[in-house]
Amino acid sequence: MTVLHTTNKSPLQTRDLQSCLRLTRPGCGILLLEDAVYGALKSTEASEMLAEAAKDRRIYVLGPDLAARGFTPEELIAGVTVVDYGGFVDLVAEHHHVQAWV
Amino acid sequence: MSDTQAGEGGNSKVRRFMFVNRKAPYGTIYALEALEVVLIGAAFDQDVSLVFVDDGVYQLKKGQQTKDIGQKNFSPTYRALGDYDIEKLYVERESLQARGLAPDDLLVPVRVLGSAELGVLMEEQDVVLSF
Repeated sequence: MTVLHTTNKSPLQTRDLQSCLRLTRPGCGILLLEDAVYGALKSTEASEMLAEAAKDRRIYVLGPDLAARGFTPEELIAGVTVVDYGGFVDLVAEHHHVQAWV
Repeated sequence: MSDTQAGEGGNSKVRRFMFVNRKAPYGTIYALEALEVVLIGAAFDQDVSLVFVDDGVYQLKKGQQTKDIGQKNFSPTYRALGDYDIEKLYVERESLQARGLAPDDLLVPVRVLGSAELGVLMEEQDVVLSF
């Protein structure tokens, strides 16, 4: 069983997502919620970092938080999965434990 | 207003107020609070401008749908600012570029300025309030 990491800050404003990616291991799951959803968008200064991480980690985005901010799943980096609140619960249940990068 | 506060030039001087928005909407309360203060301030007939830099530019992103996060979508309010004679909205070009955004992605017409120009404009203000 692997760990689910969650992060909720914009990578364009804080370094929380950078730290999360630096300290997590291949195979883990990373769920971006609240302002962290900006980190999964194509064509921002943070895109390359997340695209690199998506090669060996499962990256998820909380759909309601993405919609609230005016973006659609089509605007996400390839390989990123959108989940709803039910999907969030499933992820928590599927992983060994949850580590929040607040 | 009281005359006792009047400085040189009298108390009728219109002051230049700038509201600097640097936070994304919804994740924190700053964006909404700034908007509330701007609307209250509009009643005092001052020279008001709003600036959007860093993640603050996300406040103006088109297509916000907040139904599923249980928060009020306050983005339409930016379009109503003109009704309160608040028509100076500035966005920093560098902040847009860092986020892959263009003026077309924003829900209201804005003036896009480079950092240097915006810095000059900030220095010219009487009051700068940061959110």
